[in-house]
Amino acid sequence: MRQEPCLISIPSGSATPVNDVCYPAPVAAAGSLPNPETPRHAAVVRVTHWITVISFFALLISGAEIVVSHPRFYWGEVGNVMTRPLFTLPIPSSRDTVPTGYGYVLPDQNGWSRYLHFQAAWAVVLTGLVYGISSLWSGHFRESLFPAPADRTWRAFWEVIAKYLRRAPPDEAEAYSYNVIQRIAYLVVIFVLFPLVIWTGLALSPAFDSAVPAAVTALGGRQSARTLHFFVSGALLLFLVVHVAMVVLAGFRSRMRAMITGRASVPRERILERT
Amino acid sequence: MRPISRRKLLTTGLAATAGLAGVTVATRLAERYGLIPPDHGGIYGPGETLTYAAQRLLTTHSLAREFSRSMISKSPFANETPPPNDAFKHLQASGFSDWRLSVDGMVARPASLSLPDLKSFPVHSQITEVTCEEGWSYIAEWIGTPLIEVLNAVGLSPQARYVAYFSIDKDWWESIDMADALHPQTFLTWGMNDGDLPVSFGGPLRMRVPRQLGYKSLKYVTRLTVTDTMKRFGKGLGSAEPESGYAWYAGI
Repeated sequence: MRQEPCLISIPSGSATPVNDVCYPAPVAAAGSLPNPETPRHAAVVRVTHWITVISFFALLISGAEIVVSHPRFYWGEVGNVMTRPLFTLPIPSSRDTVPTGYGYVLPDQNGWSRYLHFQAAWAVVLTGLVYGISSLWSGHFRESLFPAPADRTWRAFWEVIAKYLRRAPPDEAEAYSYNVIQRIAYLVVIFVLFPLVIWTGLALSPAFDSAVPAAVTALGGRQSARTLHFFVSGALLLFLVVHVAMVVLAGFRSRMRAMITGRASVPRERILERT
Repeated sequence: MRPISRRKLLTTGLAATAGLAGVTVATRLAERYGLIPPDHGGIYGPGETLTYAAQRLLTTHSLAREFSRSMISKSPFANETPPPNDAFKHLQASGFSDWRLSVDGMVARPASLSLPDLKSFPVHSQITEVTCEEGWSYIAEWIGTPLIEVLNAVGLSPQARYVAYFSIDKDWWESIDMADALHPQTFLTWGMNDGDLPVSFGGPLRMRVPRQLGYKSLKYVTRLTVTDTMKRFGKGLGSAEPESGYAWYAGI
């Protein structure tokens, strides 16, 4: 017997099959309890997100350890304790050759810090490649990150900013989709800050520079590259702090749940009904 | 939890098998083409191997940046040096006239070279930057004998894979692969900025490897050994640095 596929013209909310041979409507009942099957983040987004989290913390800690061995920053090609710094961090150092004003020298942690820094850098770069290629393929950038045409106006920006300033709770729609400010922030991190931090980091490799001298000369020299690497890392750290603060404000449990299990805690239908 | 479909199970299984086979083949090839560093073991081995392999493929023949004379640092920073031992002081007292560089290992004609012997080779100079792993740097003119000249003179074995080099201070020794050993900018350096190489900068004889961080540019070199494996040296990690936690390859 041949089954007739029916047109799903039934009102949303009805889970009743139209007739015995037809398929039930694939929508959940309106006003039902949160549907645990409502998708939010794709598996590739979640896995790459958490690998990046682990790698970023490794880079941050090891990077800080490396900075401690010479907490002075310069501009141009060369810089050392015999030259004038651009600025100096008011922290003690792990080298007794650096004048810090502190009467003690911290233990040298550069060995494992350097090994860890480069291993974590590889993890971030390879993970970023997987994320980037799969996102181009799946349309994740286009659909989830580039602002919708209607949102590409100053008014749309200001509406979201005004909401943040009023400290209004996030719309339920934001459990499924990023608002325009979130989208811009993520795009800046993915397409500006990460490429810059990788570039300025690579420029610190004397071997890489021998193959691609423009990597360092375009930044104004080795010490400029090092200083920029420090500032871009700072910008990424600032993003991390704001990102975690916003997750907490928006609802730590639901947002963590979405990034771990991939499911939003509010059914999509309830959102769709309102819009 | 949704049940896993057969298609998904098959795809995942195939992908895992292909991945494993890929890694195995890549490792074999990497070993064959010398892309595995001596300190490839341990938890940081994968990152270190990736860095070394990627840079060897990218940088085998590339030249370190050279600078104009006007870029030479007016007051270069001499990093702390280990206190010279008695043997060093003794040689220093006679103006290093008895300083010898012994060359042995996988060479046809092992040799012991004095500083004048070294200076009888074609003299080369380079204005390159010393980049310390701590972050600071300076530019100087380095004058010396390219290592390749000495290696050619002693008859390098085709099986050679590393050149190990040793400081008069027994705690310090290093090694480089043949890509760096035969590189035109790798110098046995005895002059700096138009004068003799000062003791504080590694005089009378310092290895200069400008495509790697400063610690590969070992000071007070007295011996070179050509070898096909670093396993027999120290803990087999390639140099003294990995034994104190630092990477053998320092091109970053």
